[in-house]
Amino acid sequence: MSGHSTYEPKTPVTRWLDSRLPIIRLGYDSFIDYPTPRNLNYWWTFGAILSVCLVSQIITGVILVMHYNPSAAGAFASVEHIMRDVNYGWLIRYMHANGASMFFIAVYIHMLRGLYYGSYKAPREVLWILGCIIYLLMMATGFMGYVLPWGQMSFHGAVVITNLLGAFPIVGESITTLLWGGFAVDNPTLNRFFALHYLLPFMIAGVVVLHIWALHVAGQNNPMGVEPKSKADTVPFTPYATVKDAFGVSVFLILFAIFIFYMPNALGHADNYIPANPLVTPAHIVPEWYYLPFYAILRAVPDKLGGVLAMFGAIGVLFALPWLDTSKVRSMRYRPMAKMYFAILLVVCIILGFCGAKLPDDHVIPHLTTFRVIDADLNSFVWLSRFATLYYFGFFLVILPVLGLVEKPLPVPETIASPALSHPASAPDGAVAAPEMKG
Amino acid sequence: MLRKVSVIAAAFGLMGGLLAASPSLAAGHPLPPKDVHWSFEGPFGKFDQAQLQRGFKVYREVCSACHSMTLVSFRNLGDKDGPFYSEKYSNPNDSPWAKAIAAEYQINDIDSETGDVIQRPGTTADHFPAPFPNEPAARASNGGAMPPDFSVLAKARSGGPAYIYSLLTGYKTPPKELTVAAGQHYNPYMPGDLTGVWGGSHDHVPPGGFIAMAPPLKDGLVTFDDGTPSTVDQQAKDVAAFLMWAAEPKMVERKQTGFAVILYLLLFSGLLYASYRRVWRNQSH
Repeated sequence: MSGHSTYEPKTPVTRWLDSRLPIIRLGYDSFIDYPTPRNLNYWWTFGAILSVCLVSQIITGVILVMHYNPSAAGAFASVEHIMRDVNYGWLIRYMHANGASMFFIAVYIHMLRGLYYGSYKAPREVLWILGCIIYLLMMATGFMGYVLPWGQMSFHGAVVITNLLGAFPIVGESITTLLWGGFAVDNPTLNRFFALHYLLPFMIAGVVVLHIWALHVAGQNNPMGVEPKSKADTVPFTPYATVKDAFGVSVFLILFAIFIFYMPNALGHADNYIPANPLVTPAHIVPEWYYLPFYAILRAVPDKLGGVLAMFGAIGVLFALPWLDTSKVRSMRYRPMAKMYFAILLVVCIILGFCGAKLPDDHVIPHLTTFRVIDADLNSFVWLSRFATLYYFGFFLVILPVLGLVEKPLPVPETIASPALSHPASAPDGAVAAPEMKG
Repeated sequence: MLRKVSVIAAAFGLMGGLLAASPSLAAGHPLPPKDVHWSFEGPFGKFDQAQLQRGFKVYREVCSACHSMTLVSFRNLGDKDGPFYSEKYSNPNDSPWAKAIAAEYQINDIDSETGDVIQRPGTTADHFPAPFPNEPAARASNGGAMPPDFSVLAKARSGGPAYIYSLLTGYKTPPKELTVAAGQHYNPYMPGDLTGVWGGSHDHVPPGGFIAMAPPLKDGLVTFDDGTPSTVDQQAKDVAAFLMWAAEPKMVERKQTGFAVILYLLLFSGLLYASYRRVWRNQSH
């Protein structure tokens, strides 16, 4: 979508630089002159929000490293040293710890937005896959970061997750030994997790550059899923998108601040304030909230290797999404059936998250024993997660491929600027397009 | 087939709603902590300095016989929002109270001239010394149980200070169907599962678990210098508040900073929204 560069260096210095390294031109073309569809809604501000999250995590992380002691003996106390003795250490640490959660909230919204508006479809498959890689790297980074304070949940979470890799035949045991740096989670494990936790964010930053590059080649999708056809369909990135993104970021920061300053430990687990003790296993090991749906999928499968494969498959299926969705219509705005199944998927993901936080054998409806199926009562969280897992995979592997062939989509407007307003569904919707917003 | 899927999904939604509303009072779950009002609650909450001083006295005269608090140093007592803060001593190391309290403790050290192991009076830079030299010693003196360190205890228990208060005031005579091992005490607020030691009906397993610590507080056990009646309830509440301070000494600063930050962000968001409206004024979208 990025057409010919319109950048004209105005001073001798910029002219000199432009003919040697056109870096100002790159910035100008990417963030000032770049044509963006004029109908982007607030869900499109999450790209900017995520960039802020990444930068904030890297800056606070680098400062934390200056005071952190990556050893099994000293890690816990050094984190408390940051909280008590380092100037504004409490702020930096709470920003970093809650920043991880904020990062995941934003990335989940960003992914669901891509899913709903069909942003993964041609010509944006590579853009989508790069996003999936970023998400995978985020999962690894978040997990290793949670291990670093070396509290009870850090330690036993690391034990549970690293043991999962042992389920793979032949290579499994070697992988876990390599990850542990020994035969159990201990000081060497902490050290390699620390090294990787510092490395991976920069890999994320690298893939983000590719992600943005791919975005600027294919151009942004938009709520209508119709490619811009003329200048009337787009506005320059600056000031139109910049000011909207800035507003979105600022509102997001309010939510972030509420967590940092008023409920900094609400998203964590109390047990992680108990120093790691390999001899005492917490009654109930739960991962951070952003892994809970995958944890539920893992436990839904009665076989260990099967569970691990299902868990990785749940992310793997996202990589294949561009080829699983057979519909010619990009945006679900014009796909009433798909819209409904998308809403169910949303509920199912929340249910999976809920199941991940509960003990598998606990009753979903309290004090009600129904009948046993295979290994557990039907009224149990393990069965609830099985049904939910089935729908999760069913959505991607059955519903999306079949739906594209059988459903009758609503008429799609020709262009962004002049949508066919005869059909109510093609009228712009959402807060942005509401009449009172047309300034 | 697709309709069937949606029916199943609707059932999920219904179940989700049900489980969100369900109480969690089954066997193996302790009682939820009592509802306590704290001065440090809410976005403008502050520690009550008199309460922190009383709580510190309870800690020092009762708890510290078994419980360490190794992450807190004496100077912290004189920190802003701490139990002995005074505007006169902006540097907590100058606080006469922090100095005096530190000097009452004996700290293990090495004589820098001779290299001998010695004990010397504490300074404000020292941390609170642990009552036992190591974990086995602590366990040996406490029937095999390890008294947890107090530094971050209020953050390390779900329910926080309300849990600590509830536990301290929640000791109960065990029901007679309950087999209580020697050196154990029944407490309905202690996490645990009593199903295995319960002789009564399976549907009425009592909540809570066993704790090795005997009820530590008694009416009048500590004399409060400000004349506050020294009841078990008061002692428990004050020591729980003190432990919240010990775990989160920067809480008041945090909340005050947060108020300014959020106020700023609200104004900034308002300005950005106005700019957004102005920039997009002549654009249909």
